[in-house]
Amino acid sequence: MKVIEMIIKPFKLDEVKDALIEIGVQGMTVTEVKGFGRQKGHKETYRGTEYTIEFVPKVKVEVAVPDGLVPKVVETIARAAKTGTIGDGKIFVRDLQNVVRIRTGETGEQAL
Amino acid sequence: MTVSRLYRVAILSVFVWALLFAPASGLWAQEAPVAVPPAASAQEVVPAQPVVAAPAATPAPVPPPKVDTGDTAWVLTSSALVLAMTVPGLAIFYGGMVRRKNALNTILQCFVVACLIGVQWVLWGYSLAFGPDKAHLIGGLEWLGLNGVGGDPNADYAATIPHQAFMVFQLMFAVITPALITGAFAERMKFSAFVVFILLWATLIYDPLAHWVWAVGGWMRNLGALDFAGGTVVHISSGVAGLACALVFGKRLGYGTERMSPHNLPLTVIGAGLLWVGWFGFNAGSAVASNALATSAFVVTNTAAAAAALAWMVAEWVYHGRPTALGAASGAVAGLVAITPASGFVGPVSSIWIGVGAGVLCYIAVVMKNRLGYDDALDAFGIHGVGGTWGALATGLFASKAVNSAGADGLFFGNPAQFGIQAVAVLGSWIFAFVGTYLILKVVDMTMGLRVTDDEERAGLDQSQHNEAAYS
Repeated sequence: MKVIEMIIKPFKLDEVKDALIEIGVQGMTVTEVKGFGRQKGHKETYRGTEYTIEFVPKVKVEVAVPDGLVPKVVETIARAAKTGTIGDGKIFVRDLQNVVRIRTGETGEQAL
Repeated sequence: MTVSRLYRVAILSVFVWALLFAPASGLWAQEAPVAVPPAASAQEVVPAQPVVAAPAATPAPVPPPKVDTGDTAWVLTSSALVLAMTVPGLAIFYGGMVRRKNALNTILQCFVVACLIGVQWVLWGYSLAFGPDKAHLIGGLEWLGLNGVGGDPNADYAATIPHQAFMVFQLMFAVITPALITGAFAERMKFSAFVVFILLWATLIYDPLAHWVWAVGGWMRNLGALDFAGGTVVHISSGVAGLACALVFGKRLGYGTERMSPHNLPLTVIGAGLLWVGWFGFNAGSAVASNALATSAFVVTNTAAAAAALAWMVAEWVYHGRPTALGAASGAVAGLVAITPASGFVGPVSSIWIGVGAGVLCYIAVVMKNRLGYDDALDAFGIHGVGGTWGALATGLFASKAVNSAGADGLFFGNPAQFGIQAVAVLGSWIFAFVGTYLILKVVDMTMGLRVTDDEERAGLDQSQHNEAAYS
């Protein structure tokens, strides 16, 4: 099992969600985050005072999937979240040791 | 612990003193049969023109002035409009501009100024400002507790409305002026020191200055300075006081390194809109009558606000590349500030120039502040000090007797002397407001301390001063 964590552009969230549901992903967790990579920030000006805003608003999505689904999920995200301009985000894949479904007590892949 | 207890005792004793003092001063005298009617006593002190002229022609007594219902309705409406400029107008205009951890404190400061002056003006403020003149500098104590200020008109100030209507209209000006200063020391003043500072400032700076400019016998009024609705009294005084505050307080922690952008600009823009609406009461109401002069003041007020908002927006569009919401809102307020002293004396086209001047000059002032490095947090000086100074001087340029025969012609209408008179009034107000505010701040600082501790400032004033949060 793997956790796939992606940082994407906020307006791409719905597209990514729909694409993942279509290939069989059962659920996901979404967090509003701020950060920067190569995109860097933008400028804001208030009464002549300029601020450089380094931390750009992004969305972080986490999904847990069985090993067999990992390549397909990664490929789907990369396709759905892509605009081709700077700041499209990144995908991180991590090992997942165990999962427990709290309601039933099921563990491992059954709990996904 | 003992120190804070000391403050509590001090505050309590002020209230007790006020309660004891009020009856002794004849506060309740209005309810008992009064020997001399208020109108007559007012005329005794400062004879109005008709009284002087009357004996030569006919010895018949002058009939008491008659209350006009239209005038009274307009002045009472205007009073409510001017209150709306402070709460909620200025409160949210400023409240939206601070960081979220200081939103409530900033809003509450405006709210509490309305409460403090609402009592101060009735007890002694109105008497000091408009009471019978003493040495052209200050009003006497004859009207303490509004003694003798009742339903009959006072012909010296407004012959067709009850004296109390004029009093309550002036009260709203006395409220907004100190509230404007709060923008300069926003996000770092101790609330207890704020309460003491406001009461001292209103009593020692505003009340005398209002007397100089507006009261019968005041030296600036005698000089012939034109200030229709309070360019010197309200805007120069509060703006320059703001500069003194910014210099005495020093910068906010993290100024220049941390981000200090407004936490809620929609609130600020709504606040600016309320200020704009309320300003019709401020300027058109200053005709203290419902007539053509009030209408003219209404028209130039709107025109100047619109022109100034456009001018500020264009200036920043050219200089910074983008027009901004905060710029448009600030520009409108700058235009309203500048037209204030001129509103009863200038025509519509002149008001466009006054507005454009205000938008550009105040924008430059606000940008310059960043270069000069003093932390006038919400630009009380940049907008009210600079806009008020421009407006007072511009009145000396654009005033025309064709608009108001009781006024004067300005430089552009063949009377350069008026510009000089305006400059003297500006200089007098600047020096008095700056020096006076500086001294008051120093006294409060030495006795109770002006500024919150660094930890309190970092935590935010909502939490450290009020144990509250604006957004839970």
